Amino acid sequence: MHPIRKQRLQVVILIVVAATLAGGLLAYMLGQNANYFYTPSQMVNGEAPRDVTIRVGGMVVENSVNRSEDSLDVSFRVTDGLADFEVRYRGILPDLFVEGEAAVATGKLGEDQIFQATQVLAKHDENYTPPEVADAMSKAYQLKQQQQSTSQGVTQ
Amino acid sequence: MIAELGHAALIIALGLALIQAIVPMVGSFSGHSSWMRLGYSMSLGQLVFVALSFVCLAMAFLADDFTLSYVAKNSNSELPYYYKISALWGAHEGSLLLWALILATWSAAVALFSRTLPLLLGARVLSILGAISVGFTLFLLLTSNPFERLLPMSPAQGTDLNPLLQDFGLIVHPPTLYMGYVGFAVPFAFAIAALIGGQFDSAWARWVRPWVNLAWVFLTLGITLGSWWAYYELGWGGWWFWDPVENASLMPWLAGTALMHSVSATEKRGVFRSWTLLLAIFAFSLSLLGTFLVRSGVLTSVHAFAADPERGVFMLAFLALVVGGSLMLFALRGPAMRKVADYSGWSRELMLLVNNVLLISAMTMILVGTLYPLIADVLEIGKISVGPPYFNFFFVPLMIGLAVAVGIAAFTRWKSTEARLLRDKTKLPLLVSLLCALILPLFLGADYSPSAAITLFAVFWLLATIGVDLKDKLGGNLGRITKLSRSYLGMQLAHSGLAICMLGVGLSIAYDESRELRMEPGQSAMVANYQFQFVGIDKIAGPNFTADRGQIRLLKQGQLITSLYPEKRHYNSGGQMMTEAAIDPSLTRDIYVSLGEPLANGAWAVSLQVKPFVRCIWLGGLMVALGGLLAAIDRRYRRRKAPKSSDLSAQGAIL
Repeated sequence: MHPIRKQRLQVVILIVVAATLAGGLLAYMLGQNANYFYTPSQMVNGEAPRDVTIRVGGMVVENSVNRSEDSLDVSFRVTDGLADFEVRYRGILPDLFVEGEAAVATGKLGEDQIFQATQVLAKHDENYTPPEVADAMSKAYQLKQQQQSTSQGVTQ
Repeated sequence: MIAELGHAALIIALGLALIQAIVPMVGSFSGHSSWMRLGYSMSLGQLVFVALSFVCLAMAFLADDFTLSYVAKNSNSELPYYYKISALWGAHEGSLLLWALILATWSAAVALFSRTLPLLLGARVLSILGAISVGFTLFLLLTSNPFERLLPMSPAQGTDLNPLLQDFGLIVHPPTLYMGYVGFAVPFAFAIAALIGGQFDSAWARWVRPWVNLAWVFLTLGITLGSWWAYYELGWGGWWFWDPVENASLMPWLAGTALMHSVSATEKRGVFRSWTLLLAIFAFSLSLLGTFLVRSGVLTSVHAFAADPERGVFMLAFLALVVGGSLMLFALRGPAMRKVADYSGWSRELMLLVNNVLLISAMTMILVGTLYPLIADVLEIGKISVGPPYFNFFFVPLMIGLAVAVGIAAFTRWKSTEARLLRDKTKLPLLVSLLCALILPLFLGADYSPSAAITLFAVFWLLATIGVDLKDKLGGNLGRITKLSRSYLGMQLAHSGLAICMLGVGLSIAYDESRELRMEPGQSAMVANYQFQFVGIDKIAGPNFTADRGQIRLLKQGQLITSLYPEKRHYNSGGQMMTEAAIDPSLTRDIYVSLGEPLANGAWAVSLQVKPFVRCIWLGGLMVALGGLLAAIDRRYRRRKAPKSSDLSAQGAIL
């Protein structure tokens, strides 16, 4: 082979190998760090994996926020209108965390079925609902409507 | 009346932009020089009318004209006047008007300061800037008119500006950031004009370089300000969250940095021509992508204030047109611009190539991480957010590699450099940085921190190589510093800024100590040799809020340093709560205290943080921006005739 061509071929092979490696690593790390969102219904149905970082969100149930007497431990329940699920957290809750409003918690579901959050995010102004929560709520609402209409059908 | 005047001015500006986009371009093909010259006056006229429109909106804000829907949603008569003005760009419509104003400003600046450009190139550059302006003004008028009236049901009082945005940071952060984003429209227009012409003028790179530098300076400042604002205003002491909107500003910055370096090789040696053109397209496309991501509301993000599909579709179509069109043009014309490379070994060209590969890799991985959740959502894989570990895993090694490369590059020459020379020059910096990396962590923290050691190696390697190179250039005579070119000094200042910024990032993460705890009045807590005494809480009132203000006495070894007063504010209109952190700043450490919420028995949740060297992050950012500015005002860009290449390469400046 012509030396220049040989050199070019080497460069091309090098680039292809490097790009493949980089692409593979990128895909792997993306898979490792992609935090999936689960609705309270999915959590209650046991669809969420354990010991993997996930996000759970919904509306904070009224009167469900429970502060410990002597530490920053706190627990609250989130709901999508169908089911509600308990979230535990240690630390300071964000300013806009309010009962009856949307919140998204990032954390892990332990073997003991307790969801321990490492971060809690609330909506960032009065008129905003995180899209995931809005989506989960509307799905749950539709499901509820369907159930109602079928149950009405049965009683009639 | 004033609102209608503003609306009309915007429509006139659209008309002028249309003429600016079409007439000079047609003239450039038909050869009518008077048509080609029309772009200059049109861009000035456009600036006048967009500015008029902007002033009208500002007056509506100052006059509390709540019949305007945009004013009613984002202002309040209780706001101080300076927040009334900055509320103008606090939300979607106004920030787009600011975008349009800044675009008109850049385009008028090109018209004024590029009189020496060949008429053909100048006409096409202004025409492309006009076309971008048409797109944005249409977007404003069709989907996001800030002058829309709320009649007859107009409210007596406005909703108020989001309290998070009632801050000095928001007065300056968006305009600076937008100056950077939109500034990349100028190199983009130059690149498209060159591609349309199909010929690569060797002076092209010298004309475009100051514009690239200026846009980049603003973007650097904008990102630095944004990070600083997040740190003191969001109340939990973070300064970078890998939030999609932050990524949206970092991506054009990385592409812009690559462009700035590649265009220097194009200017000095004529290499990387098509690559430089491609980077100019990338930098602006990423700026547009950033605008799309922020303004379409497609992301779950602290910044997505608007969620409106119509706007999203318009932006997406505009983005597709600009990116698709320019890449198509590049595919057709780009390869013809190539020049056979004549550099080898450890040349400066090679080091600039390494710089570009690292920066573009960083940009790509951020792009993938930012867009993946959107793609996964569209493909119904699930609702995903990509966590910070992904970004850190790639970004940190890439930046350390970059620091190493910058240090070597300082000693390289164009075309080729003897390996022996590099070995001699790098010996001392290598020794210094290794020693600092091994020894300093012993004194900085109780436990030896490997990440601090790596940071210190990169930082001292950069500083030492810069020091050695400066010493060589000065020849032991400090007075000669005025003889060195501004672009060389700017480069060294910016690279030192990179080192200082890395120092802040690395050490503030390695030695950060923080505690969140429950404190009753009279209790104290220790964090990193500092004693925090919680004295108590009192109520205070501000102009448009009331607050619980805590008092925390900060002591070190029994000595009172200062008292800190963090606040929990309650805004009168809207009833929003906000944490106002209290900070005791110094160059080597920040003490950061914020209030959580009231607990039983008069106790409060309190966050106490000690952050070593965190201030260096923004100091470094400022140095980088200042270095870029120094390089942009280098004398040679103001010469009318092209200087001989020999006297430039003698100075051996990269920037």
